[in-house]
Amino acid sequence: MALDYLEENYETFNQDLEDAMFEFADYDAKEAERTGYSNYSYWRSTWRSFLKNRIAVVLMLFVVFIVGFTIIQPYLPNQYEPTVVNISEETGRQLRNIPPNDQFWFGTNAIGQDLWARIWSGTRTSLFIGLIVGLSELTLGILIGSIWGYVRKLDTLITEIYNVINNIPRTIILVLFAYIMKPGLFTIIFAMAITRWTEMARFVRNLIIIIRDREYNLASRCLGTPTSRIISKNLLPYLVSVIMLRLALAIPLAIGSEVFLTYIGIGLPVDIPSLGNLINEGRVFIMVSALRYQLLFPAAVLSMITISFYVIGNGFADAADPKNHV
Amino acid sequence: MLKYFVKRLLRSILTLFIVITVVFLLMRLMPEEGYFGENGVDKLDEAQQEAILESMGLKDPVYIQLEHFYTDLLKGDLGESLIFRPNVPIKEIIAQKLPYSLWFGLFALGLSLVFGITMGITMARHKGKLADKLGTSYVVFISAVPAIIYYLFIQIYVTGILNLPLLFDVEIKKSWLIPGIAMSLGSISGYAMWMRRYMVDELNKDYIKLATAKGLSRRKIMYTHVMRNALVPMVQYLPSSILFTIAGSIYVESLFSIPGMGGLLVSAIQMQDNTLVQALVLIYSSIGIIGLFLGDVLMAVFDPRIKLQKAGGGR
Repeated sequence: MALDYLEENYETFNQDLEDAMFEFADYDAKEAERTGYSNYSYWRSTWRSFLKNRIAVVLMLFVVFIVGFTIIQPYLPNQYEPTVVNISEETGRQLRNIPPNDQFWFGTNAIGQDLWARIWSGTRTSLFIGLIVGLSELTLGILIGSIWGYVRKLDTLITEIYNVINNIPRTIILVLFAYIMKPGLFTIIFAMAITRWTEMARFVRNLIIIIRDREYNLASRCLGTPTSRIISKNLLPYLVSVIMLRLALAIPLAIGSEVFLTYIGIGLPVDIPSLGNLINEGRVFIMVSALRYQLLFPAAVLSMITISFYVIGNGFADAADPKNHV
Repeated sequence: MLKYFVKRLLRSILTLFIVITVVFLLMRLMPEEGYFGENGVDKLDEAQQEAILESMGLKDPVYIQLEHFYTDLLKGDLGESLIFRPNVPIKEIIAQKLPYSLWFGLFALGLSLVFGITMGITMARHKGKLADKLGTSYVVFISAVPAIIYYLFIQIYVTGILNLPLLFDVEIKKSWLIPGIAMSLGSISGYAMWMRRYMVDELNKDYIKLATAKGLSRRKIMYTHVMRNALVPMVQYLPSSILFTIAGSIYVESLFSIPGMGGLLVSAIQMQDNTLVQALVLIYSSIGIIGLFLGDVLMAVFDPRIKLQKAGGGR
């Protein structure tokens, strides 16, 4: 039926097709958006679902407060230096093992350093390590993962390398590198980053292989969408939840690994206050109940920070998953 | 099936070979001071140092060292300790340490399988209810807080309450319990989390809806369908868990001063006993590789759908 109609009216159709109809139209970004417009915004939805998770929100406020506090703490009045040994003005002796009082809020340690200042300084170190490890993990992971996913020739090779690394227990790689290299901040960060990028890379690789040839990407490419836009609008939303999760989890991990490495004696040198060093110093006094505050305070701060980041990370990963958006 | 095993086995052997070689080469990058044992660097002049290195074969080209190393390894010779217990074969040291780690490890594994899986099932059955929330809090706590923290608190307070010595003592039978329980806390949380996840996944599948529609009791669905299917992926981790009891727990053993393998690694690292560290690292990585191999094989036996199509990446 339709075909007959077309044939009958062919002449009239042909007349309507003027040359002007075959000229290129100007590309108007606003007009292009208008047809497919919906007021769905990825970030707003993510944020809205995150706010529903009350525990995570409370912990987030706590973390913002803690992070802010570690930054401004050294500039507050009446703060002691974390590495300075305090000496009594009257007797000229070191103020050793002083229980918490209004001068030293968390007391002093075995050589007279202020525990309050040391805890915040240690938290600063640990957060810094976590952040750097997280960022390098993301950079390495996304970079290697994309090459792994996109360059088909390299797929077998990188898969084999991945299998080898994945077969060895993480702790052993961590210990091996920390043992071989000189103890210090860089070694710790390097050893942690090298044990962690594999998971991220595998995730990105699998994602790319799944999504690369999906129809909506094919459509985007055919419509001439620039690669940068394909990445930011089609690929990145899938990655965001994982990126945020790994970044948030990098902090508990970094704190845990640093504590572990320092415990077995290949962590940070004693002169850099870190949560690991503090736990290790406090551990000596577990037999003496009066001095246990030296373990209790660092342990409490450390636990609160690691739990907060862990819960926030998981909460955000749930919220950032488009499947959970209404 | 056989083809799968052979392929997987060859892959594991190759991996093992690569790992051993890489670890050996990395250890060659260590400063040479580590090789002079308790005499230390200071007491020896350069000629003596050279002589020691020479006698240990460390001045040979790397490939010859590697060849020696492999021939020794194939004979089951891991070399001798340098500093921890000078000139004692590492095999002997390990033979003394192993029983402790095995005992504690298997005890902890038994505990964590029983409690972890029960906990996971309970959490999945009461998903979203109080039991699930409590369980999740436990899992979050254990995963987020570094193990040393709660180990230390167990050591301080639990031993105090039960009136036990702080440290492990072979003579006192009760002191065998606490370290084992402490060790199991982490893996209980791990098993519970995975069990819950697999069961919840399984519960959302269509065949469960069919079973419900047919009028099967919830109890029967849970135990005969969901649980059995959820246990299959858990099987994969079992060989690794069993094998890793050999490795011992680094924290628990050194905290409670149990003379086991985990504590041995810490002592070896602190004393910078290069050959001992090397041997232990090799043992631990081999355990990892063999464990994953056995896990995959076991999985294939339990779940006939699995074939080796895409090795790696797919796991």
